[in-house]
Amino acid sequence: MAELIVVGLIVGSIIALGAIGLTLVYGILKFANFAHGDLMTLGAYIAFLAFRTGGHLGPLSFGPGMIAAILAAMAFVAVLCVVIDRLVYRPLRRRNANLVILAMASLGMAIILRSVVYLRWGPDTHFYVTGIQQAHNFPLGTKLKPDQMFIGVVAVLSVVLVYLLLYRTKLGRAMRATADNMDLARVSGIDTEHVVVWTWLIGGSLAALAGVLLGIQSHLMPEMGFDFLLPLFSAAILGGVGSPHGALVGAFTVGVSQELSTEWISPAYKPVIAFVLLFAILLVRPQGIFGAKKQ
Amino acid sequence: MITSFFHDMINPAYMAGFLTLVVIYGVFAVGLNVHWGYTGIFNFGVAAFFAVGAYTTAVLTKQSASGAYQTYIGGYHLPFVVGLLGAGFVCAILAFIIGIPTLRLREDYLAIVTIGVAESLRHVFVNEGWLVNGTRGMIGIPQPLHNLVDTADYRYVYLAIAAFVLLIVYVAVERGIRSPWGRVLRAIREDEMTAEASGKNIFAFKMQAFMLGAFIMGVGGALYAHYVRAITPDTFVPMFATFLIWVMLIVGGSGNNKGAILGALVVWLIWDRTGALVSNSQDPRIFYVRNLLIGVLIVGVILLRPKGILGEEKRVSVYAGKEKERPRPVEEAPDIASAAATEDAVDGG
Repeated sequence: MAELIVVGLIVGSIIALGAIGLTLVYGILKFANFAHGDLMTLGAYIAFLAFRTGGHLGPLSFGPGMIAAILAAMAFVAVLCVVIDRLVYRPLRRRNANLVILAMASLGMAIILRSVVYLRWGPDTHFYVTGIQQAHNFPLGTKLKPDQMFIGVVAVLSVVLVYLLLYRTKLGRAMRATADNMDLARVSGIDTEHVVVWTWLIGGSLAALAGVLLGIQSHLMPEMGFDFLLPLFSAAILGGVGSPHGALVGAFTVGVSQELSTEWISPAYKPVIAFVLLFAILLVRPQGIFGAKKQ
Repeated sequence: MITSFFHDMINPAYMAGFLTLVVIYGVFAVGLNVHWGYTGIFNFGVAAFFAVGAYTTAVLTKQSASGAYQTYIGGYHLPFVVGLLGAGFVCAILAFIIGIPTLRLREDYLAIVTIGVAESLRHVFVNEGWLVNGTRGMIGIPQPLHNLVDTADYRYVYLAIAAFVLLIVYVAVERGIRSPWGRVLRAIREDEMTAEASGKNIFAFKMQAFMLGAFIMGVGGALYAHYVRAITPDTFVPMFATFLIWVMLIVGGSGNNKGAILGALVVWLIWDRTGALVSNSQDPRIFYVRNLLIGVLIVGVILLRPKGILGEEKRVSVYAGKEKERPRPVEEAPDIASAAATEDAVDGG
């Protein structure tokens, strides 16, 4: 049981990175980005492309090459998000398109990104490093591999950084103001297009990071991000759309519930657990745990 | 290249199969048009209704399970028509359940929930072997009027049956949409608050439209099941069973049933012909070019031609006459909302 909770927290921290980006985009640009999962996939594969084996960072299965690969993937996906925004979402914003149309366009982008991954890397699974890693024993009978600890540490550090950015910088304040009311933010002198660019840079790099960590945790495959879409949306909606700390709480809830469910039902139903949580929260509290009730 | 591209198309037997799938997809596109085109219900889970419709008719019309590799519920050996209608009813009930928490919320929540329902159901179909035979799938789904003609000629009979079903669906939806009920749906799509202020029960109208569209999709799923005769959970992956239908609707022109059917023809032509290229090619990756094309079509149509090929019909009231013959009445508030479903629909539909 303790073991499942620990694994759930690790998976939850990966979900958190994706869900925070998703909720930021949702909060500021107001549309559900169906391509977010596939941004994770692309990030994981870009890191796979950039990764050079050799050396070991302490007990980890990979060397310093992984750090470089992670940074490359984050930079690539972040810039790609801005490019996509310029080509697709901004023209639609300018046209005052219905937000649902933007969501549909993001679904088209999701299919495009995934097809590119399929075309470049094929349908087979890939690993950053092959081989089995020795797990360490911890109290309460839990076992943890060094790589999993790495995932947890990196995720926690990133979340702290995002928190500082949102709540301790001028940019963060501008982002939160834009999320509250874009028109009001604009008349207050905030360059909202600038805020949009930063939203994509942060959301995109977090998605890429989440994708790489997911790849380290298990393996790479073209559907990995799309399969993660339900947990991401569950976490974001559970916490209240637009609320980063809500997404964090939602992510751990989803991660732990998914793992704990394997105690009683088949692990094949993990994605269904995320969906059941989503359906339940929409039934009883659609604004999410931390969301303010709006009409 | 070009000759091989069109070679199959002059073969009548091939053509019959091709058109049958166009007709079946036409049923789905009209169903989705009721959701999205007329009411603005953002259903990303067409695959759920596709699958439930197909499995329902299989369970209703097949003989009961026998043999080592067959385990499934039901097997009532009922007639084709019962299967078709049963599939529609079960899908309408499913829509009712999904609609309760989601139709009151913002549109994109419904999209997320429906995509979740479709994926979750697929997991259930795969993992619960007792239900509908798991990954082995349902095979030998019976075909109506099969003894009427030679097996080789049966495809023409089924094409006629499917076309007849599409005709019924088309006429029914056209009549519904040209009634006051249909105008309320379009008013809701354009401006929920105005429609509500006019005393319309938004939730009830949306629920009716959601259930009607789901019923049609269930019938489409059943038509598909009886055509291919074998279905597995893999049939209902989102690309084939949801996104392809969305592309058909927005390419043809949402808010227009003729557009929906035209979209089914155009997109299935692209899908089928690129499929032929795939099977002639040595490189299996060309398969993914086809998916890429679907994504590019979605983004491209939204950006460059948001109305699709045909675009929406401006007037749907049988009493309104032609556009230029009668000026738009100013006094009737709900009618303005529905008549305004023109230029705004560029982005709304």
